[in-house]
Amino acid sequence: MTSTLATFLSLAVDGIAYGMMLFLISVGLTITLGVMRVVNLTHSAFAMIGGYIALWFIQRAGVHFFLAVPLAVLATMAIGALLERTLYRWVYGTHGLGQLLMTIGLTFIITAIVKNLAGTQLQSLPLPPSLQGNFSVGPLTLSVYRAFLIGASAVVAFALWLGIERTAFGARLRAAVDNQRMARCVGINVPAVFSATFAIGCGLAAVGGALGSPMLPLEPYYGLKYLVIVMIVVAVGGLGSLRGSLYAALLLGLIDTLGRYYLPALGAFVIYLAVLAILLVRPRGLVAN
Amino acid sequence: MTTPSLNSSVARAFSRHRYNLLDLVLLGAAVATFFLADLYLALATAVLIMIVFALSLDIAQGYGGIETLGHAAFFGTGAYAAGLYAMHVSSEPISGLFVGMAAAAVVGLLSGLAVLRTAGLTQIMLTLVCATLLLELANVAKPLTMGDDGLTGYSVAPVLGLFQFDIEGRTAYWYALAVLVLVYAFCKFLVSSPLGLTAQGVRENPTRMALLGVPVRRRLLTLYAISAALGGAAGALSAQVNNIVGLDSLGFTMSANVLVMLALGGTGRLYGAFLGAIVFMLLADRAAALDPTNWLAALGVLLIVVVRFAPTGLSGCLARWTNKEGTQ
Repeated sequence: MTSTLATFLSLAVDGIAYGMMLFLISVGLTITLGVMRVVNLTHSAFAMIGGYIALWFIQRAGVHFFLAVPLAVLATMAIGALLERTLYRWVYGTHGLGQLLMTIGLTFIITAIVKNLAGTQLQSLPLPPSLQGNFSVGPLTLSVYRAFLIGASAVVAFALWLGIERTAFGARLRAAVDNQRMARCVGINVPAVFSATFAIGCGLAAVGGALGSPMLPLEPYYGLKYLVIVMIVVAVGGLGSLRGSLYAALLLGLIDTLGRYYLPALGAFVIYLAVLAILLVRPRGLVAN
Repeated sequence: MTTPSLNSSVARAFSRHRYNLLDLVLLGAAVATFFLADLYLALATAVLIMIVFALSLDIAQGYGGIETLGHAAFFGTGAYAAGLYAMHVSSEPISGLFVGMAAAAVVGLLSGLAVLRTAGLTQIMLTLVCATLLLELANVAKPLTMGDDGLTGYSVAPVLGLFQFDIEGRTAYWYALAVLVLVYAFCKFLVSSPLGLTAQGVRENPTRMALLGVPVRRRLLTLYAISAALGGAAGALSAQVNNIVGLDSLGFTMSANVLVMLALGGTGRLYGAFLGAIVFMLLADRAAALDPTNWLAALGVLLIVVVRFAPTGLSGCLARWTNKEGTQ
């Protein structure tokens, strides 16, 4: 009995860690999508870019893990801002199909570039000794990395909430979302706010891609392979809702982890069934705006 | 539809849904392909099948405005249904084709109930989820579908009891061409039928159509199921011609590729499906043989260029160009 419970609890912790990583990867998409209404299929490719840059810093430049990740985030933000200023500008006004195709095309290009530069093998960031190993809480053994992932995601979630609800930039952002024309009238530089928001979204993806790489290893097809799961988290959460993304990521992380353990024959089927069920009951997501 | 007076006959061909010279040219090209491209019949047959699939997507996306990134759900369903039918029930191909269509239509109706309640990104997501769900189902149901290995080991009887499928793919080519001609004729009829016309109205402005008394949801659901059935026909064709059904027939790449083909050719014009599928398949075949990695990058650049400079696709460009020529 106790061992069943211990198994369940450690699975639950794994599920929460997985969910938190999903949150990290997808929360940037929630923001750019909710704010700019761009169907950005390139989002998970930005996570991959962040992961690869962090890997490059660690392996080639010998930078420490805890410095490499922030550097990679900044670099990804710069790339994101550059692409927003050039490519994304074109498709803001167009219909959904145009955005879909442009961002698929961009994902293809990034995939090919990464394949040429980094090769096809699966890679992940080497964890520093401080993140390796396990510690025990009562009968449970927890991995330090997973605990760190949960903590880091919680910090990101809190910082985001703070940034959007409590800062002047957050107020401008909310104004630009609620009523673009009015925001322009009161002197808010809406395009600049959008560029900054897009860059932040890309930076968040990079955090997720880098920190999550032990779970979702880096590879050139990362951007396409994990696109579905990222989009699902955003859609289940409710477009543009931060709280929704957090709930959805945690819920889906738990369902997927528990489903794979208790119903191994059904494998990945369980999570998609759950998503379909949730979206049937609540087409606008868990937290509809 | 909104284009002012067109003088050139080619431009007219692009803007109306009546049979014209262009249809004859296409049919002529298809027949000529058989005699000229003897060695490439397998590729030509694959192109014909993808045209059928792109036509089915055009019905949902181009005419109904239903945003979908999961159209492979119907291709794959049709393929697996036709393959399983050939294996367990009967190897007769034409009934197999209808079984594939019926199975895909059922999937279209059921998923349409969920998909059509939403719009925009949620709609895209739901279509993607439905396709991924079916993919995982096919993966999990290994005893039935053979999972990763693909469904193989079935044979297909001669078409109409007369034409045996041959190793050179001659029968396969004529069979696929016949199905394409029928599907195309049906699409022509559909898009200028009351259902097709109201769908185009819904695409432009659903609220206004609802106010006019059009049962918007029901019309779209019908359109979606028809589109699904046509997609199923493409999948069934593929299953019968290739004698194998793989998981990739339900995959994201299949959905994305057909979307890319249609966008290249131009949505909302039936000729777009032809142009897009032909250009994409021929380019992909050549480029993938030379350098698959950089082909992916080239495809990406091509997509971005099309979105930026030719949002109406190749057929839109052609129509505009011939229109300009005609008025001079």
